[in-house]
Amino acid sequence: MNMELVRNVPKGGFNFDNCKRNEMLLSSGFQHPKTVKTGTTIAGIIFKDGVILGADTRATEGPIVSDKNCSKIHYLAKNMYCCGAGTAADTEMTTDLIASQLEMHRLNTGRQVPVVAANTLLKQFLFRYQGHISAALVLGGVDKTGSYIYCIHPHGSTDKLPYATMGSGSLAAMSVFESRWKPDMTEEEGKLLVRDAIAAGVFNDLGSGSNIDLCVIRKDSVDYLRNYELANLKGKRHGDYRFKPGTTELVGKEEIIEVVPFEAFHKKLYGDETAEAMEVGA
Amino acid sequence: MSIMAYNGGCLVAMRGKNCVAIATDHRFGIQAQTISTDFEKVFQVNPRTFLGLVGLQTDILTVHDRIMFRKKLYEDRENREMTPEPFSAMISNFLYEHRFGPYFIEPVIAGLHPKTLEPFICNMDLIGCPNKPDDFVVAGTCSEQLYGMCETLWKEDLEPAELSEVISQAIVSAFDRDAISGWGATVYIIEKDKITKKQIKTRMD
Repeated sequence: MNMELVRNVPKGGFNFDNCKRNEMLLSSGFQHPKTVKTGTTIAGIIFKDGVILGADTRATEGPIVSDKNCSKIHYLAKNMYCCGAGTAADTEMTTDLIASQLEMHRLNTGRQVPVVAANTLLKQFLFRYQGHISAALVLGGVDKTGSYIYCIHPHGSTDKLPYATMGSGSLAAMSVFESRWKPDMTEEEGKLLVRDAIAAGVFNDLGSGSNIDLCVIRKDSVDYLRNYELANLKGKRHGDYRFKPGTTELVGKEEIIEVVPFEAFHKKLYGDETAEAMEVGA
Repeated sequence: MSIMAYNGGCLVAMRGKNCVAIATDHRFGIQAQTISTDFEKVFQVNPRTFLGLVGLQTDILTVHDRIMFRKKLYEDRENREMTPEPFSAMISNFLYEHRFGPYFIEPVIAGLHPKTLEPFICNMDLIGCPNKPDDFVVAGTCSEQLYGMCETLWKEDLEPAELSEVISQAIVSAFDRDAISGWGATVYIIEKDKITKKQIKTRMD
């Protein structure tokens, strides 16, 4: 095989090639760029028939809101979801990675994976990176042994709790839980409590905002309630800024690049057969 | 100063009705000194998919090469065109591989799905956190100004001609308030049967 090609094929895992160069650049007085953070209020509780997870939907880059409706409740397995706070890329990639490891584990064992296994995989992964992967997670799920909420910190320590909050709005959300959580709540009571906890973060913490997402996990069903409540709708604009076509002055003439429509392109290659038709060898 | 603002530049992409638009400025500088005014940060990677990269110039070129290598490898292996969604997932993974020694760039992807013609826009931070809203995405040294312009000018279901005016006025007004972006701009309007490329007349200071 061509050695030049092999050298360029990605190996997998983290790549540290740029570290020395970046260190040099940053040591000469440049600041490190900002990454997208989820300032975040995330929360989870155990209720009578399972667990309820909740999250706000704001992502920030310093003081700028970079995403007004991002999704912070990540899929781990059929019976498990995980809320993420911290550096957005870290929470996203970490939960994706663990989700595929859990699926492999399920296929290898032929059993539903217990929540404690996900907790162990996550904490061992985060501990290995010594807190450099800044993902603060609230893991919730139901398995045959019961309902669980785990709080996972970026350095790899975990708590098993009946109710938990994380992120910059965790204090606001926890104040709601501390005053109103009780064991064996009904689903309606539970949803209202989590909604109120997230709303406390949305309205009192500047790092959290926009809408409220919920996820209800029961013994054998899940309700992912994306945008359960649109807490902050954009107002309707009465006026209208409209530019007449041709307002913007051009340099030279516009250039038009023709693109062959897919059907026509396909027809040219394969004649009149439909795109779906595939020849099956006899 | 941030290393992302060393060379200057900005990008914006918007969704319209059955179309998308992506716009870029032309400036390439070293801090306050302008080196050239014909560097377009937008690359056509497939008939209906465009990739824009802003940030450190050296990394724009490197990342573009690396991404194209991976895209071609995918297309040769799969024997089909890469659609915008997996293309942005690939960029996201590439950037996250360099989580602890990142490339100083921010990508913007705009395109139509080649078969369904569904509009697609996406941007990321420098370590590959994807953001796929249904209105517009921005990146670069005047991203704050661009957010402001887009929030006021963008509307739902803009026709290609309207979208072209909206994105042009947004980027021109935004980089007129940024010293290290500007010096001309290019707008691409991507529709199902054609792509219109327009060079906009702007202030040259």
